[in-house]
Amino acid sequence: MELPLAFNDQLFIQLTVNGVTLGSLYALIALGYTMVYGILKLLNFAHGDVYMVGAFIGYGVLSGLGGPLSPDLALAPLVLLMFLAAMLGSGLLGVVIERFAYRPLREAPRLAPLISALGVSFFLQNSVLLLFGAQFRTYNSFVLGSSNPEVFEPGPLIDPVFKIRGVNVQLIQLIVLLVTVGLCVALTLLVARTRVGKAMRATAYDREGAMMMGIDTDRVISFTFFIGSVLAGAAGVMFGLLFSQVFHFMGFLAGLKGFTAAVVGGIGSIPGAMLGGLLVGLTEAYASGYFGGRWAEVVVFGILIFVLLVRPQGLLGTPELKKV
Amino acid sequence: MTEPTEPRVGVDDWVAQHEERLEERKGLVGLLGRWLAYAPAPARLAAFALFAGTLPFWMDRGDLFAYGIFTLLYILLGLGLNVVVGYAGLLDLGYVAFFGIGAYSYGLLSSEHYGIHWPALASIPLVMLGTAAVGLILGITSRRLLGDYLAIVTLFFGQAFVVFVNAANPTVHGKGLTGGPNGVVDIDPLRFFGYELTTRTHQYFFLLGTVVVVLTALHFLSESRTGRAWRALREDPLAAEAMSIPVNRLKLMAFAIGAAIAGLAGCIFASVLTAVSPGNFGLPILITIYAIVILGGIGSLTGVVLGAIVINISFQFLAPENPQSNARVLFFAVLALVLVLAVRQRWLGAALVGAVIVFGFVTQAIVEAVAPSWSGGNVTEGGRLADVVQNWVVIPEGHDRFGNFAYVALVVAILVLTRLPGWWRTAALVPTVYLAAIVWENSFVEQPQVARWILFGSLLIGLMTVRPQGLLGTPRVEIV
Repeated sequence: MELPLAFNDQLFIQLTVNGVTLGSLYALIALGYTMVYGILKLLNFAHGDVYMVGAFIGYGVLSGLGGPLSPDLALAPLVLLMFLAAMLGSGLLGVVIERFAYRPLREAPRLAPLISALGVSFFLQNSVLLLFGAQFRTYNSFVLGSSNPEVFEPGPLIDPVFKIRGVNVQLIQLIVLLVTVGLCVALTLLVARTRVGKAMRATAYDREGAMMMGIDTDRVISFTFFIGSVLAGAAGVMFGLLFSQVFHFMGFLAGLKGFTAAVVGGIGSIPGAMLGGLLVGLTEAYASGYFGGRWAEVVVFGILIFVLLVRPQGLLGTPELKKV
Repeated sequence: MTEPTEPRVGVDDWVAQHEERLEERKGLVGLLGRWLAYAPAPARLAAFALFAGTLPFWMDRGDLFAYGIFTLLYILLGLGLNVVVGYAGLLDLGYVAFFGIGAYSYGLLSSEHYGIHWPALASIPLVMLGTAAVGLILGITSRRLLGDYLAIVTLFFGQAFVVFVNAANPTVHGKGLTGGPNGVVDIDPLRFFGYELTTRTHQYFFLLGTVVVVLTALHFLSESRTGRAWRALREDPLAAEAMSIPVNRLKLMAFAIGAAIAGLAGCIFASVLTAVSPGNFGLPILITIYAIVILGGIGSLTGVVLGAIVINISFQFLAPENPQSNARVLFFAVLALVLVLAVRQRWLGAALVGAVIVFGFVTQAIVEAVAPSWSGGNVTEGGRLADVVQNWVVIPEGHDRFGNFAYVALVVAILVLTRLPGWWRTAALVPTVYLAAIVWENSFVEQPQVARWILFGSLLIGLMTVRPQGLLGTPRVEIV
């Protein structure tokens, strides 16, 4: 059945598909922001750069195993290994950042950890610049796993899996969506059903109270950073596989948009971050499709301002009560 | 300013006596610190102005540009940021955008771009009013936001500005408004009554005069009712509001004044460089200005001036145009200084420096005996100390990745070092410092620009964890 659509529906569907994949990435980044903010009331500027480091760890695994043109492994285990390495590496990085840059400042004035976070972000960016150089590094996901990469025969990652009204959905886009959904479900279960999840909720609700109840809040905070950074690492590899290119500055804008997603959804709220990510991804896709890519950032920024003015607690957030 | 005879309002006895309980530092550092703390503000200003006024007489044109003009520009930028962050305590991460708006506006009002050539007396006040208005608008949209939200909105605002001038470049009067990635070129020098400031010396003196005027104005502002209200707002917004301080109006005022100063700095920057491009207004300059304000001490005018001088000098030493020799000498001097300051006793510091030197020669000798190819590399070209370093630091030949591994090892070593107890830490300093020298010679010398950003980032983290109030800031006394 054909729906009567006044505008070019193929373009619209294509943009929707792109927006959902992009939104998945933002949702994963936003989760890290929202969890850390919920538990420490700290805005972790370095989170975008943890995502960038995740993308580079994936790149390191890929080039360590023979490079994208002649990998030593089959495609499936290779991609799985990239994901695992990036997630574990980013997770550890997040824990180290928390331990050395934020924990000593737990009792300091509010400005101190923010400035420290800015320093960490800048430090990570430039460390990667020093180690990998300024040029783009490519995952070559177009030919990754192809039987004949020398002649640029497309690999299976960009094979169309199915079509929606003539618009192809590539395998990699499906993988991104499925992995994101899987991680979100796992996270929700972790927070809702496990002991450590309960401790996280308690710490977010009232850190001092949780400490008095015998919860090792420092460990819970470390764990929160670990989980958030694991998600960011996964998002980094997904970015590399989707867009093929990674570079040292990619974390900055992605971090800003991830944060926008967290704010739009309601900071501190896990389902809010997922919803916000989807909204920001779709907005960006439509904006660049209909107005041109150069306006995408400006439009997303406008949305952030608008939401903050109209509903500062975000779509799914609860308004903060101030106790004097 | 006379010493108050009784505690300031809102300060109880324990807090008032806080300074007396502090141990006074001995030696030259302590003397300098005391002088800076007790010299009256006009004396400090006069000392600074007199010293800065002699600069053009003994510096050549290139140095005056790199050291004099840029330091003064950084001071001006730091002063503006100090109003927003230091006095009012608002974390404004879009500050550089105001600098950019000022520079671009001046560029459009006085250049060939649209063929408009306004004199500086007309364009500078207009640009300052314009940036203040933009600051006000940004402040109004985000006035309800708490600290962190404000930070991200302003950070995004700064990024949106760069994207706007770089990519959006809307067409106005048949011409791209901002010139895209190329920016605006052929900007006029500052012109007053038909007289143009074209030589570096003239520009320098104009800038110096501006800085002195702004410093004076800010000093009076910070001592005024408004200045006190800002500090109250910074320390506790809720309590300030309860004391019927008009919190919102003060926030907006801080935003507008900071933005106007940034706009002024932008005008002068554009006229001195005669061209502006989007690359001038990115994240690195933001970090630099923050490093200046934080190093000097948040809220301290003297601190901003000192911070700008220190940061700009280290900046110029690490600039790629400069001969390597200067950077190397500075780096090793700073390493030695850190080593001496890291321990309390001076003799121990001196012993540690000696230990590092011996450690280096021994390591180099061992490496040479065991694996000659690992020490066969040549030191990067350049002057003083090069011959010494050649025999002291391990520089492998033909191992391209060595510098990278050494860098990662250094970061890990420093992190581990901070966790070690007492004497172990002191002992571990020796190999760590030597490792830093290896990283410098194998990795940093080839990319001095990246190296300085890494050092600035680490500086922010380190200062926050060790001394969050900066060099000259007053530590917060918390009453529990």
